[in-house]
Amino acid sequence: MTTLFTFPKGGVHPPESKKLTADKKIEVLPTPSELEIILGQHIGAPCTPTVARKTEVGEGQMIGEVLKGLGVPVHAPAAGKIKAVSSSAHPLQVKAPSITIAVDAEAQPVVYDRNEWKNEDAKALLEKVKNAGIIGIGGAGFPTHVKLSPPSTAPIDTLVLNGAECEPYITADHRQMVEHADEIIEGSKIILRILGINNCLIGVENNKPDAIAALSKAAEKAAEPEYTIEVRALEVKYPQGSEKQLIHSLTGRKVPGYALPSAVGVVVQNVSTAKTIYDGVTLDKPLYEKVITVSGKGIARPANLLVKVGTRLADIVDFLGGTTPELQKVVLGGPMMGFAVSSLDIPITKTTSSVLFLTEDEIDTTPHSQCIRCGWCLDACPMGLEPKEVGIYVEANRGEDTEQFGIFECFECGSCAYVCPAKRPLVQFVRLAKMKAKRPQ
Amino acid sequence: MIEQQAQDNLPPAQQGLWKVSVSPHIKSGESVEKIMWTVVACLVPPLILSVFVFGIQVLLITAVSVASCMAVEAASQKALGRRVTVKDGSAALTGMLLAFVIPPGVSPLLPVLAAVFAIYIGKHVLGGIGYNFFNPALLGRAFLLASFPVAMTSAWLPPLDSAAIFAYLGTSIDAVSTATPLAVMKEQGMAVFTERFGDGASLYTSFFLGWRPGCIGETSGFLILLGGLYLLYKGYITWHIPVSVLGTIAALTWIFGGDSYFQGDPLLAILTGGALLGAIYMATDYVTSPTNKTSQIAYGIGIGALTVLIRLKGGYPEGICYAILLMNPLSPVFDSWFKQRRFAAAQGGEK
Repeated sequence: MTTLFTFPKGGVHPPESKKLTADKKIEVLPTPSELEIILGQHIGAPCTPTVARKTEVGEGQMIGEVLKGLGVPVHAPAAGKIKAVSSSAHPLQVKAPSITIAVDAEAQPVVYDRNEWKNEDAKALLEKVKNAGIIGIGGAGFPTHVKLSPPSTAPIDTLVLNGAECEPYITADHRQMVEHADEIIEGSKIILRILGINNCLIGVENNKPDAIAALSKAAEKAAEPEYTIEVRALEVKYPQGSEKQLIHSLTGRKVPGYALPSAVGVVVQNVSTAKTIYDGVTLDKPLYEKVITVSGKGIARPANLLVKVGTRLADIVDFLGGTTPELQKVVLGGPMMGFAVSSLDIPITKTTSSVLFLTEDEIDTTPHSQCIRCGWCLDACPMGLEPKEVGIYVEANRGEDTEQFGIFECFECGSCAYVCPAKRPLVQFVRLAKMKAKRPQ
Repeated sequence: MIEQQAQDNLPPAQQGLWKVSVSPHIKSGESVEKIMWTVVACLVPPLILSVFVFGIQVLLITAVSVASCMAVEAASQKALGRRVTVKDGSAALTGMLLAFVIPPGVSPLLPVLAAVFAIYIGKHVLGGIGYNFFNPALLGRAFLLASFPVAMTSAWLPPLDSAAIFAYLGTSIDAVSTATPLAVMKEQGMAVFTERFGDGASLYTSFFLGWRPGCIGETSGFLILLGGLYLLYKGYITWHIPVSVLGTIAALTWIFGGDSYFQGDPLLAILTGGALLGAIYMATDYVTSPTNKTSQIAYGIGIGALTVLIRLKGGYPEGICYAILLMNPLSPVFDSWFKQRRFAAAQGGEK
């Protein structure tokens, strides 16, 4: 038994609920007749459409680009005709600008040829990553080419690949690691080349032994003297996949408060983003499809699916045999940090990692009561913050005085609210507090 | 209208309505209710034992105490326009603990009055669960001690022989009342104490198992400890407060509690005067104790030191009740002194 890498303070152990889909191979969802591509899928300004209504587009063709500021282009996930340039349902913004494509069912899928990337320099590779529209697809949506060009004041020595997948239910990264281990390893080499470093650590939670084995084997097979790629097993503990916790687990380094991983010489990428980088660089294939987990007791047939960006939830539900009558809550993302949605018209974006259909016995709907000051939230908080105080202050209308409790270091993992015996919505309190309080400079 | 109502009666999924809320969407199975009722359950074994030690009227006192605490809780919440949460078990626990810290021979009217003071004044007027800064059960006891000093210091019953649990019913309390071990020690000295309760191993054994005058909560150190171990195992309490309270009582009694320094009896100090009940069930009350582990140890040491100070120099033989009440309001102070360490400091020092 090897020792497992982990972070010492805080964390919780929610039921994993991964058995529903962990052993299910990635299935390809047939392209639906219509796709809605949201223009603002990344952190930064939304894309400006480069196509007009009735334009014919081919699979992989750019249909929106960022003219100014942070961002990456979006591409047509399938060949077809532009039906509308308007807006779509969005989990957070309610409505968001989008492009609707009427898919040409007759069109043949594009076949991508492999090209050699080893002769290209870092700058050219970075350009390819940007043009392929790649963003952090683990959920953050931060443009990857920006993350891969850290400021020169912060020398990087380690790439951390995040294969923790600590959110319950989700198995999309797990399946990618099992089925596409070689591509992930090659993707990590591309990232190492871009960063000009040679050390990569891949962290995978110990509940995925097949993924650890597959990645280790792939790394061994593709071993080259100029790269050191090591797969490390992590303790199963939420939020193991949080950037700061993962870096601490794997390298022992602590990212200072309010700082980025580059402050301790680390860049973190999700394993699925590494696979996407492989696609974008070696195949010149833009990011327009996504492996997602569809799970929960509220869906007839839980599955891991390869879906086109822009596929509506309704199309996924139809393909998987519909929802069960006990369905109570639909969540985009994991049960700890995902967003509850109220409509199946919402399209999948590049950052969707899962769609959960949850029933009464899977969710908690107990009304909350007053804080009994048990302090369990303090023990659960991986950042060493004081969630109970934030809640009490917000309830007393003193949200502006909560900076002292470190709310701006809170990444809303939900560990505190998970353990709270009074069922207090502590994440919601923190979000309200963040709106009222002033961020320290 | 009728159609609308029919629609409303359908389960949400069939109405096409789903629940939406801020994450997380899953929560642990723990709840305030579960914690409180578990603690109540842990107090049942010592209660049953005390029936065999002091007779059936301890059940009556406990029932009156629990029922009146729950009734006062419901009435207070109704009167103050708050949600009635009497089912969460916190009032039942207060009632249980209150019964455990008053002499078993008192009139059943006393716990009723204590319940009004503890729950209405001590808890709901201050904001309800979570906002009371004194332990309600101990506040109830302190109220009775101030209002009915004679009954509260003399209605002790000598342990029964041969499980004659109905023996005291209908007897005048004055006829049977006795004094608690620590009161004997304080007022009549060690010689009388040894004469009455024995010494050495047999003394520890009888005190550990519960055969001596005292409150319900003082009977069996063994059963109190057993309940505490279960709460530790469940993660409902941590070792910090009980260990620091008992450790301090033992250490300071050993140093100062004897005829000369380092001659005191630490084991006896822990087994008497409700020290175990106080350390395990009272001092660990979530609402009135600190939340940070360092603060908890400081708080526990404070309780232990005050207990020994009161026992040795003060007017009361037991001490832990007032020690806890005196430390209760300091909990937030300790918590503001010892903050839990952040994951990492901001770059270039605190911002």
